[in-house]
Amino acid sequence: MLATRPEKQNRVRQICKEHNAKPSALIEILHQVQDETGFLPKDALVDIADALNISRADIYGVVTFYHDFRQAPLAGIDLKICRAEACQAVGSQNLAEHAKANNHPFTDAYCLGNCALGPAVMIDKKLYGRVDADRLDQLLKQKGE
Amino acid sequence: MDQAAFTLYVPGDSAACSVGADAVARQIAEMAQNRGIEVKLIRNGTRGMLWLEPLVEVQTKQGRVAYGPVTTDDIESLFDANFLHGKPHQLALGLTEDIPYFAQQQRLTFARCGITAPLCLDDYETHGGLVGLRKALAATPQQIVETVTQSGLRGRGGAGFPTGIKWKTALEQPAGQKYICANADEGDSGTFADRILMEGDPFCLLEGMVIAGRAVGASIGYIYIRSEYPDAVKTMRRAVSIWREAKLLGDNIDGSGQAFDIHVRMGAGAYICGEETSMLESLEGKRGQIKVKPPIPAIEGLFGQPTIINNVLSLASVPIILAKGADFYQDFGQGRSRGTQAFQLGGDIARGGLVETAFGITLRELVEDFGQGTRSGKAIRTVQAGGPLGAYVPVAGFDMEMDYEKMTEAGAMLGHGGLVVFSEGVNMAAQARFAMKFCEVESCGKCTPCRIGSVRGKETLDKIIAGENVEQNLELLDELCELLTKGSLCAMGGLTPMPVQSAIKHFPEDFGREAKG
Ligand SMILES: Cc1cc2nc3c(=O)[nH]c(=O)nc-3n(C[C@H](O)[C@H](O)[C@H](O)COP(=O)(O)O)c2cc1C
Ligand code: SF4
Ligand code: FES
Repeated sequence: MLATRPEKQNRVRQICKEHNAKPSALIEILHQVQDETGFLPKDALVDIADALNISRADIYGVVTFYHDFRQAPLAGIDLKICRAEACQAVGSQNLAEHAKANNHPFTDAYCLGNCALGPAVMIDKKLYGRVDADRLDQLLKQKGE
Repeated sequence: MDQAAFTLYVPGDSAACSVGADAVARQIAEMAQNRGIEVKLIRNGTRGMLWLEPLVEVQTKQGRVAYGPVTTDDIESLFDANFLHGKPHQLALGLTEDIPYFAQQQRLTFARCGITAPLCLDDYETHGGLVGLRKALAATPQQIVETVTQSGLRGRGGAGFPTGIKWKTALEQPAGQKYICANADEGDSGTFADRILMEGDPFCLLEGMVIAGRAVGASIGYIYIRSEYPDAVKTMRRAVSIWREAKLLGDNIDGSGQAFDIHVRMGAGAYICGEETSMLESLEGKRGQIKVKPPIPAIEGLFGQPTIINNVLSLASVPIILAKGADFYQDFGQGRSRGTQAFQLGGDIARGGLVETAFGITLRELVEDFGQGTRSGKAIRTVQAGGPLGAYVPVAGFDMEMDYEKMTEAGAMLGHGGLVVFSEGVNMAAQARFAMKFCEVESCGKCTPCRIGSVRGKETLDKIIAGENVEQNLELLDELCELLTKGSLCAMGGLTPMPVQSAIKHFPEDFGREAKG
């Protein structure tokens, strides 16, 4: 974890530089900053806007358009539950209700490309299939440890 | 030494790994070591028989013998049963190629998938890779475009536009910077074929893109992959660096003088970015707002330059078309739907997976013969064909032949080939409501019918579900659907009525109406 504001600023500038400060690389840059920081802090957005020479309004427009980008840290483990049709057909609704009832925060995903082996979830970018309530608890327990 | 070693395959595909393939591979390696047996373990792509994953294969003199679905608990007994010699075991499935699900397919685009080591260039060439590219490098751009046109290949991303005609338009634009964009956004629920191909045979997509570049005079390509596919992103990035090193990308491809390079870009969780103009905006680092066509991207696309946007499977079908000729490809299929289609069986289905076959197969054959009915054991109630914007087809419609035209005639659509099975107990009013909600969540916000109409549609369905003024609200919903169909700039708003209205039409009893006769 980088501590001070200048350190963070330098890192953001460096990431932008790696992408030749091209505005077209904005989404790549946002991904990278979010991966490293866990979310997109306001300061970082200002720094990116400056480095790419685009307006702050533009960058907020982009950040708010895409579901992936968040401006606050996640409440817990990075859990995505597929809420799309193929997983609905095999009980993803129950799974989501179970997660809610047990205070496991999650984000809705609309298809994780595992539609033959639903219900599908993704935890820290790893895909899991045929996930029922028990299996979800088990997976989250492993992650929490 | 190599001859003494046993060769084993355990898929590295993310679906296979989602049900434990990594752990199975690890355990096999460990147990082999403990027993002092030398094994060569290859992480292949999936064969597409996903219900059998993790599917372990052993190379024998007779061919590859399959075992599945294997869990870590089975490994000791597999070794004890001498599976390394292809011996019987309760999980033994015989020769992989003889498993009916696999044997009855026509694998053209997916010919190598699950067979080769995905990132091994030697394997790729041994199994027919690069033949198409070398032919293309020796041909003129016009000849390539002509071959693709003659093959009858149409876009596999959903709209079914003839690929050769799109390429011709881009070729005819004055020389200058042109681009090839592979659409790997695969946002449709129920679809995973692009992912399987990218993870299982990534070079095939690269080969298709280089050929496309040669055909239209483009020197830069982008692969736009959705962020829900982190493994595919990784595999494609590695594939690109292997090709750069092998001089199959760069400024002098295979010594031909042809230049082409490819960049992999990741999306950020927006369904709409699968639509081509939205994808281009996203590639330019902007919000993925839809743009009015014309100009079409083949004339004015990425950074204002002529750009070919094709689905992963359209591009990945090009190498075999070049290698074996237009006639070979267009011998498959029927009517104006030539070649093969990768159908994807998902939802409540016993044997879910990838089925590549010539157009013309019926929905019944796919769901009942390949799929073997539901996983839950309940009766099938409906299949949603063609993704979240596709129609719900009742069992009475299962004799529908699967091709672009026949499906449209039947009030359905092929889309990207996803088929999602629902069993008895599904509430179709809830499914209709979901379609409206999905449109609300994923609308790019540009047109009012889509942005506001979807919210209104959802609210109206809530009332219908609650039994409030049902007939009146169904009428209102119908008007809303008409507004969406007619007043939307793109298919997001334009096709959302498809699942809604098909559900009402075929399952009126779920909407408080009388069941059909
Ligand atoms: C809302 C929407 C989403 C789309 N999503 C995808 C997608 O995920 N993948 C894709 O290949 N095409 C998608 N398309 C179709 C593309 O706009 C475009 O037609 C296609 O990529 C062209 O390639 P093809 O001719 O090879 O099919 C989508 C279209 C719309 C309207
Ligand atoms: S129909 Fe919806 S998604 Fe398409 S352009 Fe209009 S608002 Fe955007
Ligand atoms: S619908 Fe859930 S993974 Fe595709």
